[in-house]
Amino acid sequence: MKKMKLYIDNNEVEVMEGTTILEAAQGLNITIPTLCHHEDLCIAGNCRVCVVEVEGSEMLSAACATPVSTGMRIKTNSLKVRDSRRTIIDMLLSEHAGECVTCQRSGNCELQTLAVLYGSPDNHLMDISIKTEPDRSSSSIIKDDSKCIKCQRCVRTCQEIQKIGALTMSGKGEHAKVSTFFELPLNTVVCTNCGQCVIRCPTGALVERTYIDEVWDVIGNSDVHTVVQTAPAVRVGLGEALGHDAGGRFTGQMVSALRKLGFDAVFDTNFTADLTIIEEGSELLNRLTNVIKGSGEALLPMFTSCSPGWIKFIEHQFPHLLGHLSTCKSPQQMFGALAKTRWSEKAQIEPEKISSISIMPCTAKKFEAARPEMNDSGYRDVDYVLTTRELAKMIKQAGIDFDKLDESECDSLLGKHSGAAVIFGATGGVMEAAIRTVYELVTGRPVPFENLNITAVRGMEGIREATLRIEGTVEKYNFLEGVELKVAVAHGLKNANAIMELVSQGSAPWHFVEVMACPGGCLSGGGQPIPTSPEIREARARAIYEEDESLPIRKSHENPEITRIYEEFLTDGPCGHKSHHLLHTHYTPRR
Amino acid sequence: MSISLSVKTAIEESGNSRENLMSVLQIIRSDLGTLSPAILTEVADQMGLSRADVYGTATFYSFLETTPVGKYSIRICRSISCDMKNKNAVREALENHLFIKKGETTKDGMFTLTETNCLGHCHEGPVMLVNDEIHTELTPDSAVKIIEEIRIREGVDE
Ligand code: SF4
Ligand code: SF4
Ligand code: SF4
Repeated sequence: MKKMKLYIDNNEVEVMEGTTILEAAQGLNITIPTLCHHEDLCIAGNCRVCVVEVEGSEMLSAACATPVSTGMRIKTNSLKVRDSRRTIIDMLLSEHAGECVTCQRSGNCELQTLAVLYGSPDNHLMDISIKTEPDRSSSSIIKDDSKCIKCQRCVRTCQEIQKIGALTMSGKGEHAKVSTFFELPLNTVVCTNCGQCVIRCPTGALVERTYIDEVWDVIGNSDVHTVVQTAPAVRVGLGEALGHDAGGRFTGQMVSALRKLGFDAVFDTNFTADLTIIEEGSELLNRLTNVIKGSGEALLPMFTSCSPGWIKFIEHQFPHLLGHLSTCKSPQQMFGALAKTRWSEKAQIEPEKISSISIMPCTAKKFEAARPEMNDSGYRDVDYVLTTRELAKMIKQAGIDFDKLDESECDSLLGKHSGAAVIFGATGGVMEAAIRTVYELVTGRPVPFENLNITAVRGMEGIREATLRIEGTVEKYNFLEGVELKVAVAHGLKNANAIMELVSQGSAPWHFVEVMACPGGCLSGGGQPIPTSPEIREARARAIYEEDESLPIRKSHENPEITRIYEEFLTDGPCGHKSHHLLHTHYTPRR
Repeated sequence: MSISLSVKTAIEESGNSRENLMSVLQIIRSDLGTLSPAILTEVADQMGLSRADVYGTATFYSFLETTPVGKYSIRICRSISCDMKNKNAVREALENHLFIKKGETTKDGMFTLTETNCLGHCHEGPVMLVNDEIHTELTPDSAVKIIEEIRIREGVDE
């Protein structure tokens, strides 16, 4: 490819052919404002906020959509550019029925930022905005068309990254809007609640449904005992929502903050992530036993079942493959069931007085907690789900100086965890954690990888595969001697879709497949701080693996609280009767 | 014809990739009438597209109706030339005559009145399209008369 020399605001720059003006300017650290553009998505070029002047051309060009050419002279800050930019933003605002003071995105809204920076101080355009009732049907997401600027990032996200296509642009001209099929409520269409559209929406048109007030209410009610759990990815995202760069780890401060907020018992979803590994690992071994010994029916590959967006995806798109899903509930739901049984018994608090709250990097977890399948404790297992963003907001509301907090540890019983649990937050993490345990169970030896790091299943490649030869088995598992365990990992539902097509055709070679609905895994879930980008996801993933290496216990089966729960509570063992009742479930097809 | 057969035939005629979607929808629209949720679901399933995507495409074209319309679709051109030639008076006359507002359908399911973008007869405005037939240089009275004639043809009593 050719190199091309051009000039942006009189600065010379040399870039490869095919580079856009926007990218070339970024290389010079010149900021051109954008709205419809997003690094993860295809170019749309519909908002025109990024217009620049190209010498020799009457018309302004959209920097995001115009490739450079040799000798180009570009002005990003001329009078003409500033005027057009202002007009474009003023026009967007004239259609925008927003009220920043009540908007969830205020302070982190790209439209607001641009309006403050570039809009006219006194917008003289006619107000043609239309206030419509938001769609509040989903337990996860609120869609408010009044605030939509029709940038279509959400449509592209849902189609390109997730291959779901729950959203479209309908109508045209002034009637164009982001729609579901026949404007049906979000909770009745194929939407998986993944929230990937939410973290890419530049405005408050798509936000999570918030439960902060409900949680303050239970915290403030002295008759209610509040039990909180936090997912692994929250600790590597929270800092960003509180002013830190991506990649920081704040586990200890987060635990202290949760105590300061007033939660009565502070636990960790990581504990039930470890428990998931024991249950899911046992289930995998049971399935392998059935298939290899031919003693019964078992569907392989087995799919992980931690990601609620992924589960709803199968229910809609591949209902005939639901039998491949591990019957394990997600760690959030296992935790909820135990909070109202095991913890209730130990703490001697009646379950009806317990409110179980989870902090998740995920919007789909809100939907999961509300599923009818999730009441096996006899109560709703998880009462409220907050996103990482909502937790950050509560910390700010409470006036807590997060940076000055000392580190502290979770309460015991449902709080201890291994490094294997922490990596559940990254794509490939559940697989790695499972292999660390299953291999050791089967051979009596740790996995043959340096420092337990199974790098083959790590990384950001959309689909990754690995093969592990099982040798030197213990007696119970000698039927697995010489078996090559084949696994695959996929993240983002578009990649999941590719895997499912193969499974559907019967040509999938794997025994075990991990899927996380969001690109990068939970660490870039729909409930994580906004924005997201490839660099941010990398930084959070690094933090997750650092956290794993920093912990004294790195394997789920070595977590002493896990040993204890099987001795004292789940006494008929992994996949036994009691765990089946509390920790496993089945899902049903949807159209 | 059943929905699924009609969709299948339209796809066989037009092709089964996304760029054939509009032509598939056109054929089905003339075969089956209004593009209902059931029809668009079938199109999406048979073409392997998302339902929303098919809906979005259909709603872009005003001639691919997704809401029920009458036997006769009256479309008044709303573009600037017809507007300057007083298409509003024509529309109001029809609204009064049919006892409906723009966007509505008469109770007997006979007429739907809408406005549409340029019909390409700017020099003879105001114009309206009744199903496939164009009527030009309208006045409020002549427009009402055209509708009256249809009523008589259909044998509908006043
Ligand atoms: S979307 Fe942005 S600009 Fe609109 S009300 Fe919300 S914060 Fe304000
Ligand atoms: S939440 Fe996910 S599935 Fe639902 S509309 Fe947004 S991107 Fe699509
Ligand atoms: S909902 Fe958000 S992402 Fe989607 S088009 Fe509107 S502003 Fe853009």
